[in-house]
Amino acid sequence: MVETFGKKATRHGFSDGLIALGEKNPKVVAIGADTACSVLINKFAQKFPERFIQVGVAETNMIGIAAGLAVDGWIPYAVTYSMFATGRPWENIRNTVCYSNLNVKIGGSHSGITVGYDGATHQALEDIAIMRCIPRMTVVVPSDMVEAKKATIASADIAGPLFIRFGRESEPIFNKEDTPFKIGKAVTLREGKDVAILACGSMVYESLVAAENLEKKGISAKVVNVHTIKPIDADAIVKSAKECGAVVTAEEHQILGGFGSAVAEVLVKNHPVPVEMVGVRDTFGESGNPSELLKHFHLKDADILNACEKVLKRK
Amino acid sequence: MEIHELEQISLRIRKNIIEMLCQAGSGHPGGSLSSVDLLVSLYYTQMNFDPKNPKDPKRDYFVLSKGHGCPTLYSILAEYGCMHEKELCTLRQYGSKLQGHPGMDKGIPGIEVSTGSLGFGLSVAVGMAIGSKMAKRPNRVYALMGDGELQEGSIWEAVMSAGHFKLDNLCGMVDWNQLQIDGKVEDVMGIDPLVDKFRSFRWEPIEIDGHDFKQIIDAFKKAKATKGKPTVILAHTTKGKGVSYMENVCDWHGKTPSQEQADKALNELK
Repeated sequence: MVETFGKKATRHGFSDGLIALGEKNPKVVAIGADTACSVLINKFAQKFPERFIQVGVAETNMIGIAAGLAVDGWIPYAVTYSMFATGRPWENIRNTVCYSNLNVKIGGSHSGITVGYDGATHQALEDIAIMRCIPRMTVVVPSDMVEAKKATIASADIAGPLFIRFGRESEPIFNKEDTPFKIGKAVTLREGKDVAILACGSMVYESLVAAENLEKKGISAKVVNVHTIKPIDADAIVKSAKECGAVVTAEEHQILGGFGSAVAEVLVKNHPVPVEMVGVRDTFGESGNPSELLKHFHLKDADILNACEKVLKRK
Repeated sequence: MEIHELEQISLRIRKNIIEMLCQAGSGHPGGSLSSVDLLVSLYYTQMNFDPKNPKDPKRDYFVLSKGHGCPTLYSILAEYGCMHEKELCTLRQYGSKLQGHPGMDKGIPGIEVSTGSLGFGLSVAVGMAIGSKMAKRPNRVYALMGDGELQEGSIWEAVMSAGHFKLDNLCGMVDWNQLQIDGKVEDVMGIDPLVDKFRSFRWEPIEIDGHDFKQIIDAFKKAKATKGKPTVILAHTTKGKGVSYMENVCDWHGKTPSQEQADKALNELK
């Protein structure tokens, strides 16, 4: 059994991290777009009302205001559903925030398929892809609530634009308070020699479960939590490929342009090995209960296990 | 500063614009020339900005939301000493700090943020104005928009928020020259009634002749004295102002003069 410490959504970790930052740094500001209660920055707003800005349903303006605040020396966190935090204002993020290299942090909540019942319009499955392709942008995808808090606190130390992705749904907590976290540095959670599973976000836990089940079948799987998609930890990826000779990537996101693509970009240049990718397969989401959606879109531990068996045949 | 001095500066800036654009072989003369008198008045009678201390937290901010008008801003910043005047002739060339639309990362003092993609500058100015108020600093924030730019929906998100937040430290300016790439603004996508639009969004609109220095300076004074809401100076201007064959000719939005045409323009700007 994978050791866990209860269940909680990564948005709680972000919320706690933001409050910790607010206490530590009087320059930290939060901006909401009529979703403060869902993305849980309402807690920051209650604690630091003078440093909370509500812009209403206007995400492009939210990013522009964040840019202006950054020019003025603040550290703004612009936070709403990831679909609208990244998709709607994408060009403003590119041309105003990143081209100006401004210290703007974008929090994308309710990401992935697990936002569930709201359906395809609200399920951000392309946000990693569209954020990581912009020069100067850092992209962080924490794997559980504990890591989300650490990642949020660490995000303030990155001078420049940063996107942090988190989710609505309660998910198992497996990271500990003392699990090391450094932006850009992947964490090996389990050693193995036959296949390396590289995962981000909610798929890290699924990968750990898959690795346990693989062990029962006599297959030794390494599991690496690649919480930073950009700058990606190329050393850790290449090392995993060298050790295992086969790689499976797992993400709650489109395969096209996402985390799997980022890993493949590293491998083809440095150490090509067979790769299988678990993720959403170039399709839109659906309404439904998050766990049935994860099954429907092949995002469960069993799908990762199948991908491992498939990639092993290609070794 | 006396009005006749401002007139002399504007004349120099217009000459620079023609020379820069002729040299560059691409760029936007029409909307650069229409905004000269507004920006000269802003920089020489209003702006608290010291090029020797360009990141002074007490400085006034200026955002060129209509980034394609950057030859005007570059030229004024060169007069201010933010760069050597010789650099102006590198506009749009490989290796130049003077990008076709302002790039903040090129390090020109006074370029606070990259602009050029229309419709985003006012939001940035709103953020600056909110930040200044949070820090309880008395500085002011200015943003220049084009009239065609007002067709961008994001402008109205920003307009709505500035009214909502009662940003009386914010002064918007509209270079209302009535022309855009595809023709007359009113034909392409009408923006009237502009005064009523801004007023209904809780702004104080001031309609002026954007080439009359006295009216411009009076408008800035009135904006400063306005409390509890942002001000917008709706400045009627002439696209291509100062060069006879460019004035009110849509084609000169994004076309540059030949050497011969430039010489003719420079002759007129005496």
